[in-house]
Amino acid sequence: MELFKLTAHELHQKLVNKEVSSVEITQSVLGRIDAVEDKVQSYVNQTRELALAKARQVDEKIKKGEPISPLAGIPGAIKDNMCTKGIKTTCSSKILENFVAPYDATVIEKLTEQDMVLMGKTNLDEFAMGGSTENSGFFTSHNPWDLDRVPGGSSGGSAAAVAAGEAIWSLGSDTGGSIRQPAAYCGTVGMKPTYGRVSRYGLVAFASSLDQIGPIVRDVTDCALVMNAICGYDKKDSTSINSPVPDYTKALQVDVKGLKIGLPKEYFVRGMNPEVEKAVQKAVDQLVALGAEYQEVSMPHTEYGLSAYYLIAPAEASSNLARYDGVGYGMREEGDDIIAMYKKTRSKGFGAEVKRRIMLGTYALSSGYYDAYYMKALKVRTLVKRDFDRAFEKVDVLITPTAPSPAFKIGAMANDPLAMYMQDVCTIPVNLAGVPGISLPCGFVDGMPIGLQIIGKPLGEDTLLRAAYTYEQQNDYHKRFAPLGEV
Amino acid sequence: MDYEVVIGLEVHSELKTHSKIFCGCSTQFGSEQNTNVCPVCLGMPGVLPVVNEKVVEFAVRAGLALNCEILPFSKFDRKNYYYPDLPKNYQTSQYDLPIALNGYLDIEVGGETKRIGITRIHMEEDAGKLVHAGTISNADYTLVDYNRTGVPLIEIVSEPDLRSPEEAKAYLEKIKSILEYLDVSDCKMEEGSLRCDANISLRPRGTEPFGTKSEIKNLNSFRAVQKGLEYEVERQTDLLEEGGKVVQETRSWDDAAGVTVSLRSKEQAHDYRYLPEPDLVPIVVDPSWVEEIRSNLPELPDERKKRMMETHGLSSYDASVLTASRAQAEYFDALTAQGVDAKAAANWVMGEVAKHLNSNGLTIAQCPVSAENLAGMLTLVDKGTISHKIAKTVFEEMWTSGKAAEQIVREKGLVQISDSSAIIGIVDAVLAANPQSVADFQAGKERALGFLVGQIMKQTKGRANPEMVNTLLKERIGQM
Repeated sequence: MELFKLTAHELHQKLVNKEVSSVEITQSVLGRIDAVEDKVQSYVNQTRELALAKARQVDEKIKKGEPISPLAGIPGAIKDNMCTKGIKTTCSSKILENFVAPYDATVIEKLTEQDMVLMGKTNLDEFAMGGSTENSGFFTSHNPWDLDRVPGGSSGGSAAAVAAGEAIWSLGSDTGGSIRQPAAYCGTVGMKPTYGRVSRYGLVAFASSLDQIGPIVRDVTDCALVMNAICGYDKKDSTSINSPVPDYTKALQVDVKGLKIGLPKEYFVRGMNPEVEKAVQKAVDQLVALGAEYQEVSMPHTEYGLSAYYLIAPAEASSNLARYDGVGYGMREEGDDIIAMYKKTRSKGFGAEVKRRIMLGTYALSSGYYDAYYMKALKVRTLVKRDFDRAFEKVDVLITPTAPSPAFKIGAMANDPLAMYMQDVCTIPVNLAGVPGISLPCGFVDGMPIGLQIIGKPLGEDTLLRAAYTYEQQNDYHKRFAPLGEV
Repeated sequence: MDYEVVIGLEVHSELKTHSKIFCGCSTQFGSEQNTNVCPVCLGMPGVLPVVNEKVVEFAVRAGLALNCEILPFSKFDRKNYYYPDLPKNYQTSQYDLPIALNGYLDIEVGGETKRIGITRIHMEEDAGKLVHAGTISNADYTLVDYNRTGVPLIEIVSEPDLRSPEEAKAYLEKIKSILEYLDVSDCKMEEGSLRCDANISLRPRGTEPFGTKSEIKNLNSFRAVQKGLEYEVERQTDLLEEGGKVVQETRSWDDAAGVTVSLRSKEQAHDYRYLPEPDLVPIVVDPSWVEEIRSNLPELPDERKKRMMETHGLSSYDASVLTASRAQAEYFDALTAQGVDAKAAANWVMGEVAKHLNSNGLTIAQCPVSAENLAGMLTLVDKGTISHKIAKTVFEEMWTSGKAAEQIVREKGLVQISDSSAIIGIVDAVLAANPQSVADFQAGKERALGFLVGQIMKQTKGRANPEMVNTLLKERIGQM
């Protein structure tokens, strides 16, 4: 049996039934990594020995008859922008190439408590800036469905690893679509929770007011399991929400009777692949057939969301990334004086896209430009939020495509950052508003998976999971496994 | 031309909370380098700040004591600039919505009371300390001590209401006094827990518009504030008199050389690119909490001074000096509480005690003579057990040995001789031995009497009651 192809909940059942051991599962995934990692390149850093040691511990527990948590002994992968004590955290940036954090992110602490088996840290666009992993300071990851295509990004490594069988589940982070878009491109399920639902402590900041950690997994059930493990208030994160976390597995029901679905017309943008549009319409029809109601809604400020995002996120990033200066940690290039050292270190350590965004953000915050750019962007953000508030007065969830088209070819947009930014047009407003969104497979276009995005009210993750689960149970897109060439 | 000086001060004061503003690290001064640090104050990737509630409380306390309005909704912002003592290369501070606004403070200069406006008070984190291997210009390398990184600060910004270096100094002393009374800061300029920058400009007297200002940094003592500003007044006056122009710039006071030197011009001024701190939620202050803090404010220097004048009939000057520091006022109150006459207590605290403290570089809190012991001694003076002169000797002994006055008096046999029969013999002997002085006195030379008193005191080791000696001497000479 190819254990690496199973979901976390299936494997948990097998562990509990003592059909397989955690070591066997881990070895199956390690074997898969050996077979395909050359081609996929999901991982920046693998933690094989650690994984096996942890698997043995979990097997001990099972042997002693101790209860195990749902993710115990199940191999997972973490995007390499979450701090792991004693294990490198690079953010796929040369500037942190050898950086080892002295502490664990809160999500890592929580997952360690759950006895996760950590397979390694996954590739991303440098500091999570990008939608393809092409901006990684190290290498580009490949889409398991077509190795010539990008896996999406910035959590491309995490999505590719899960799709390729190199991890059963993974964590990504989402600032403007960085979980949902790669999840869609790789045929996996990805959720960006409500802003503040998951602690950001230990997540290396890109844009603090937008960043959120979430799962990338094989199905909606695993999504609920990972959400159960990582959500919750954290006193170390002042922006985390102090409200009890429901058991998300309770939402896994086929039941959308009376669920009000809104279809925001502004999300069906020009240039959108018609097949994608059709798939989304078909999904809505399926849900309506099961008792949901649907209406078209208008979110008039959507078209300004992208522009506001590309001012707010770089502005925050320009400040967040100022600390990489060669003084305390990370790369240092010596210079004749401190200014020279700063310049050399940052010139060499950061890639082109990071530099572009630092410059954009610095400019937007500069005296004389602040009101015209940053301030105006904050106002637009308020309007975008208001669009969501108004829509949610009428409907329970919104349904849109996750991305306008399937994964593109590696290099296809390398010289056109604006076209690249357009891939985030459906996901960005969700971050601006701070509401939750999930992407799940809803079909294939030319053999490439595409994603359906369901957006919910603040803290409405359970409603999203219920709608997503209902849809998933009517289809089998999530059960297809990436062919990965002829492996 | 006659110029009017316009000065505004920015005072930074470290708050004496046990832990730092955004993490749990200790704020202990003088710890071994880089021991009071954690990932948060080191600005490691991924860390987040959490506001220390005590810092907000202390800032509110300061705001109320300085008659400010406390904002029910304020927020933190990032002030972006690169400097190696700032691990994140931004300082988390407050920009457009500080915790406190629109206050004032009364100062007294030349016997006149003057009200100085307080523009705002905001909270922020301190930076670390650079340790140069040599001087800043010739060091081969520089090390950073992050112990101070994240120590809480409040910045108190005054209106440009100060009109002389002397007023500036008085303002700063008053701020220090109030913060000490509030117990929110140690205000030790030598340890950097109180720091001051000044904006200063001149304008022709009688005109409204402000002249071009310079900002003076590195004013690290009260003396430096006054000297630095005096220098700057002179420099700007000379410039204007020569028909030149003051350039808007930041200057640094060089204490050793006694001059200010240009640090950077307006064109080189930092653009701090403030942005709202996205890692923190706004500070929402409950008005009832503010009222609770207000009702628990301690008595402040002005009230205490008033009370001292009313209760003890002290002069405004004496009461000001005594109440300048809370510890000194408490020392004084402890003396009077033990029945010591207020005037005597004031003279001792402002005289012998202050003199000894100054020459030993101590604060009143470190005074080796407790108020209780000093009160004991002053009671002995009052009762006539020891003379005023002996009292100084006893005080010296108390200072070094820490013993109580009674014990010293007993051990050293310093009790005053007030028995006339005991003194008269000595008087007669001294008169017999110094006929020339007697003759001088009889010839009208008053000074000769002093010599004779001295001789008697010498023989009694200062113990003879001086009044009695005087009376007896005059009596005996009169009988001759």
